[in-house]
Amino acid sequence: MSWLITFFRSSIGRKLIMSLTGIFLITFLIVHLIGNLQLLYNDGGEAFNTYAYFMTNNPLIKTISYGLYFFIVVHAIQGILLAIYNRKAKGSKYAVNTHENASWASKNMALLGILVFAFLMLHMGDFWWKMKQNQLDMVTYASFDAPVKDLFTRVSIAFQELWIVVTYIIGLLALMFHLLHGFDSAFQTLGIRHKKYTPLISLVGKAYSFLVPIGFAIIPLYIYFGK
Amino acid sequence: MKLNLKIWRQSGPNDKGYFDMHSVEANEHMSFLEMLDVLNEQLISEKKDPIAFAHDCREGICGTCNLVIDGRPHGPQKGTTTCQLHMRQYKDDDTIVIEPFRATAFPIIKDLVVDRSSLDGVIQAGGYISVNTGQAVDANAIPVEQEVAADAFDSATCIGCGACIAACPNGSAMLFTSAKVSHLGKLPQGKVEHKKRVQNMVAQMDKEGFGLCSNVGACEAECPKEISLDNIAFMNRAFIGSVLTTED
Ligand code: HEM
Ligand code: SF4
Ligand code: FES
Repeated sequence: MSWLITFFRSSIGRKLIMSLTGIFLITFLIVHLIGNLQLLYNDGGEAFNTYAYFMTNNPLIKTISYGLYFFIVVHAIQGILLAIYNRKAKGSKYAVNTHENASWASKNMALLGILVFAFLMLHMGDFWWKMKQNQLDMVTYASFDAPVKDLFTRVSIAFQELWIVVTYIIGLLALMFHLLHGFDSAFQTLGIRHKKYTPLISLVGKAYSFLVPIGFAIIPLYIYFGK
Repeated sequence: MKLNLKIWRQSGPNDKGYFDMHSVEANEHMSFLEMLDVLNEQLISEKKDPIAFAHDCREGICGTCNLVIDGRPHGPQKGTTTCQLHMRQYKDDDTIVIEPFRATAFPIIKDLVVDRSSLDGVIQAGGYISVNTGQAVDANAIPVEQEVAADAFDSATCIGCGACIAACPNGSAMLFTSAKVSHLGKLPQGKVEHKKRVQNMVAQMDKEGFGLCSNVGACEAECPKEISLDNIAFMNRAFIGSVLTTED
């Protein structure tokens, strides 16, 4: 098994971890967004709350969610360790720095990642933690046989606060820039680069990086301005 | 034309170093290195220490003339080395900032000269093919497809200057190492040792203290031979594939 340790300690092995965990997070965000868009229904939270009930009680989804927590932590810790290592490998900086040869996001992935992480902490503290700690009211719906936690109302209250809405927009902007470089980068790290497919991956990456954060941003904006 | 030069001076590897201002009278036909020669002659006649900078072929093939000019390795001109940069790119009274390549694996020897033996370490770990001694093999004994030969040749044009490492914010040597891995790994003569070569060269690259690749792409943008990021992708999949499919 020592070959595995050697592999994951090598430069390319460490980047492989970043890439695979990153792609897992990208997949998760799509599912998360589609589920959360149910917050936009004006149905007193029925669709969203019963969906949240299903997501927190289904054993398969519960297992995947533990994987998700683990992968976020691995991605974040590994990302920070890499940034520190790379800074040492560069040593000193130039007096003149050009911006012509690379994108800003690609050079600031750790900063963007830390912003995303800080946002995640706030986000999970506000909703996920309160849900886990049973700090939410229970509601019953005629169409559903069990009482469910009223996360919908918690979200609706939170997004009445301007500072929370602004923080979400900042967090999502950081995510957008993180993905604008990260999406393509993850495939390059895997060695997936091809005259036919790379332009397609790039296009999907751009679309994803803009649309997913915008999709998430619609929710606080809609609740803040719409109600 | 009169030029104002802000040049990095450092007397040895452990010296702190500082910027010095000089001015020099040049003409637009001079190459960048000739302009520095004029400055050095001026310094010598003033009994001052001339500026140490490295150069050899002065025709873009040896990869020795490594300077960072206004923040760009080999200067602002695309796809050329410093020795191929000419003063017609500049105007009278321009100020030019000249710095050495910066990376922990490239310690400064003096002024603008860095020690690039870390790149030799990477080459020694696998940048070759093994052939038995004896009679020279017939050049056409192994047929190579034209596309493959051209592709391998594109990678082979790397001159080992290290500008990719100088340009990289992580001081990563992935473009250089991958150019060698692709050049040899794409040809039938090099395929024999390909899997072992990738692992050994990557291991040595890591050992020399180069950073990790964040796919920033500054290397490709600054490379005087325009070596493509395709090479890095090739090495990534070769390395992962090789680790997974070899027995040791
Ligand atoms: C849900 C949120 C996130 C997603 C979808 C995501 C996605 C990605 C992807 C796809 C990559 C490219 C991997 C590669 O180049 O091979 C990446 C790189 C990176 N991520 Fe994230 N990430 C997220 C959160 C974070 C967090 C919280 C941190 C740190 C605190 C972080 C730090 C980094 C760093 C430093 C890199 C650059 C690694 C490198 O190329 O050297 N990311 N991320
Ligand atoms: S890849 Fe380009 S920049 Fe890097 S060493 Fe080779 S020629 Fe120089
Ligand atoms: S001196 Fe040889 S490449 Fe410039």
